[in-house]
Amino acid sequence: MRFMMIMIPNISEEEWPSDPAAMAELPEFIAMGKYNDELTKAGVLLGLDGLEPTAKGARVSFAAGKPSVTDGPFTEAKELIGGYWLIQARSKEEAVEWASRCPANDGDIIEVRQIFDMGDVGEAA
Amino acid sequence: MGAHAPNRANAQRTIDAVWRIESARVIGGLARIVHDIGWAEDLAQDALVAALEQWPQSGIPDNPGAWLMATAKHRAIDQLRRRQMAERRHDELGRRQERERSTNETDLAAAADDDIGDDMLSLLFATCHPMLSAQARAALTLRLFGGLTTPEIARAFLVSEATVAQRVVRAKRTLAEAHVPLEVPTGPELGPRLASVLEVIYLIFNEGYSATAGENWMRPALCEDALRVGRILAELMPGEAEIHGLVALMEIQASRSRSRVGADGEPVLLLDQDRSRWDRVLIGRGLRALARAEALGTLGPYTLQAAIAACHARALTADQTDWGRIVALYDALAQLMPSPVVELNRAVAVSMAYGPEAALELVDALIDDNALADYHLLPSVRADLLARLGRVDEARTELQRALELTHNEPERLLLSQRLAEL
Repeated sequence: MRFMMIMIPNISEEEWPSDPAAMAELPEFIAMGKYNDELTKAGVLLGLDGLEPTAKGARVSFAAGKPSVTDGPFTEAKELIGGYWLIQARSKEEAVEWASRCPANDGDIIEVRQIFDMGDVGEAA
Repeated sequence: MGAHAPNRANAQRTIDAVWRIESARVIGGLARIVHDIGWAEDLAQDALVAALEQWPQSGIPDNPGAWLMATAKHRAIDQLRRRQMAERRHDELGRRQERERSTNETDLAAAADDDIGDDMLSLLFATCHPMLSAQARAALTLRLFGGLTTPEIARAFLVSEATVAQRVVRAKRTLAEAHVPLEVPTGPELGPRLASVLEVIYLIFNEGYSATAGENWMRPALCEDALRVGRILAELMPGEAEIHGLVALMEIQASRSRSRVGADGEPVLLLDQDRSRWDRVLIGRGLRALARAEALGTLGPYTLQAAIAACHARALTADQTDWGRIVALYDALAQLMPSPVVELNRAVAVSMAYGPEAALELVDALIDDNALADYHLLPSVRADLLARLGRVDEARTELQRALELTHNEPERLLLSQRLAEL
């Protein structure tokens, strides 16, 4: 089964890292790189991505059947997604164990969510 | 990062999860210290029991793998001391030769610095040792390297727990009695030993991917277990092209698992599959693994098979399949490992690239091959070619023959349908 580990970092839009070169030097990113290596070496990591600041994004909301677009930054939002890992695990407990090993900062949250097995969906249809 | 304390009810499941993550490292590390994987496993299991007693109160340690290892090492030292005392008494009667390779406490201390990768690799090479039967190798690998429990392995292979337990016990005894050294083979030994490891991984994958009997067409968890072992191995020995080739092959095959089975559990053939349901994540991983294999030089059998699978993965519709390239890849594969099954697949590719007539010649040449006498795909392929040539009666006879030869229910259903549609 698959899980998405969604990182919700405890930082504001202003603190959001945006320069990849400068980021690579930070000790916390080096630690995160080691963690990602560990996931790869354990054969569980299927994919991962980190997200740019919300200033570069937009929100598309829907009302009365119509989309409306709000450009970033999303200053009012408290919890923003910073990135995600897609992993393969045998149980929720295993996914939680992997999430627990993340070198995250105080106040960060990793939401662990199981991914729908589309094979099951197909069979049910 | 602090310790998190699971409640007692969840403790077992959490410890199971930790075990799955850590088992290869812990058993591999211990085995290289005590020179016996059976003993190493016992020590690791003892440490797990200790974890189950202590973690619900103390919380899960920051580094659970190191905790298990340290606990198991303490036990190892205790047991070695006791054995050495017993041996001293034995000395008066004459030291037994088999104790020569025995361990002492200096080894234990030195081993702490040993490379974890080598520990894991030497464990995998031992559990996949060619002296063991294929089934024993698969069971032992899943248990010691994959961290699966005996009931899990039994369910995966559709055999009783007693059978699995017996296979594992016997395999461990065989390895111990033969004094199989816990090390990574080198030189001319590496090639055949690595081939045995890859064979075990692919056997586990195929056991999950294409059930040979019974109603279940697939057991996806087993495919995932095989992929996991393959990916770990690829990171431990990144210079071995065929490991990447095998990983690529498994990733791409697994990418189709959702579309291989229809709404009623019936098999759907590759060219009829809904490609929008192919798993793009796994295809991407497979193509990258294939590129790694190809970058390392000559293409081995797994890499060639992966390259063939990749031709299908790259085609957005069945019509866009590059059959000419597939024929060329099968030509190369047939040269490398000539086999009637490869020849049959090559014939199918030829039929797609150059028409049924050219292919029928190739297939007819296989009819007298004893190796394919009971292989249902031979009459099944022949039926398809004959039907495409308008020779319906002959096609019908061949389909009936194919039906007689297969016992897999979904596959029988598919053949019956084809027969009805003729």
